[in-house]
Amino acid sequence: MHEERTSSTAPSNRQALAWAAVSEVVDPEIPVLTIADLGVLRDVQVEQDGSVLVTITPTYTGCPAMNMFEMDIQLSLAKAGFDKTKIETVLHPAWTTDWLTQEAHDKLEKFGIAPPKGKAGRRALFGEESVNCPKCGSSHTERISEFGSTACKALYRCKDCAEPFDYFKCI
Amino acid sequence: MSDALFKYLVRLADDTVILSHRLGEWCGHASHIEEDVAMTNISLDLIGQARNLYSYAAEVEGKGRDEDQLAYLRNEREFTNLILVEQPNGDFGKTMARQLLYSAFMLPFWEAMMASKDKQLAAIAAKAEKEVTYHLRHAAEWTIRLGDGTPESHRRMQEGIDELWMYTGELFVKDEVEERLIEAGIAIDPESLRGAWERTIEEVLTRATLKRPEDGWMHVGGRNGVHTEHLGHALSDFQYLQRAYPDCTW
Repeated sequence: MHEERTSSTAPSNRQALAWAAVSEVVDPEIPVLTIADLGVLRDVQVEQDGSVLVTITPTYTGCPAMNMFEMDIQLSLAKAGFDKTKIETVLHPAWTTDWLTQEAHDKLEKFGIAPPKGKAGRRALFGEESVNCPKCGSSHTERISEFGSTACKALYRCKDCAEPFDYFKCI
Repeated sequence: MSDALFKYLVRLADDTVILSHRLGEWCGHASHIEEDVAMTNISLDLIGQARNLYSYAAEVEGKGRDEDQLAYLRNEREFTNLILVEQPNGDFGKTMARQLLYSAFMLPFWEAMMASKDKQLAAIAAKAEKEVTYHLRHAAEWTIRLGDGTPESHRRMQEGIDELWMYTGELFVKDEVEERLIEAGIAIDPESLRGAWERTIEEVLTRATLKRPEDGWMHVGGRNGVHTEHLGHALSDFQYLQRAYPDCTW
């Protein structure tokens, strides 16, 4: 059924359809963010033969979510009627939290994760960011650990509302 | 040149995979949950770097091997990692000392590698550099906390640094494999990183009220496959599954 629908669609529509299908895929650990919000999704191309070439880039080199992304991308494209999918992982340019949109920042905060603060760049060896609590907004917070529940997050605690929370590290 | 590049990539991959294995040994054993999570997170970053480096090495070699075969099916004498990274974890202080000595070198190393004429190495470096910044900060903060802590933590932190110091000379050793690549603008001359490494170590040790050990005899050999007894034991654990059940997958 999908086959018929997509094969009768004009190429530009198929391109949009493929993009829409891929950009729906969400992060398994942060389900409020799609791979498009994250900037993990770099490109979607529908080739002459109808196959789809998806280009993604990892947040962290060892990020275990990458395998999950690949499975979910294939699944999402298959559901939209694209059977042949090729996924390419590129490292350049290196992913940075600067690619997170304002919308992504808002979604993170609402979800209870403090969004990355400021621009990624050279940090001093002992520099500590001042991070606002995503629950009560207080800036009276402390870092518990540089490494949180996933590679991309650090663990903080709010000294005012006493809630522990994740901070999406700036890289 | 591709033979030299292959060897160089495998050296870097071996460093990261062995250190990753060592940190993974802490899983479930750290003093508290945050550190358990921290060390396995760092381990995961290093596995990611190792995968990129092994995959690229396999591609450069062009003999049909892949990242897994390079990691799991080579013997001890074929591993060319730094002796520093294969040293046993010891106590938490020693593990942090190893992290500090290695990461303080790798941060300027990856930073310099971002300008390598080899585009893939430069791309791997751009990611690794961001990750190692956090690894170094983590190790530095613990070195200071323990060094400038109780008499007991101070003693242990100093012992960790003292025990590992003789393995730091190997960070700056280069051979003809590297010299050819340095000339071609692909590899980094380790000597050019000595100043940055010294400054970081000096700053952290001073803040930690620790003494910098005297430079004495330096233990080298890892780059030629001549290791301390510890690597073989680590590999028997690390490679067990593929050795016992060849080609198994799940």
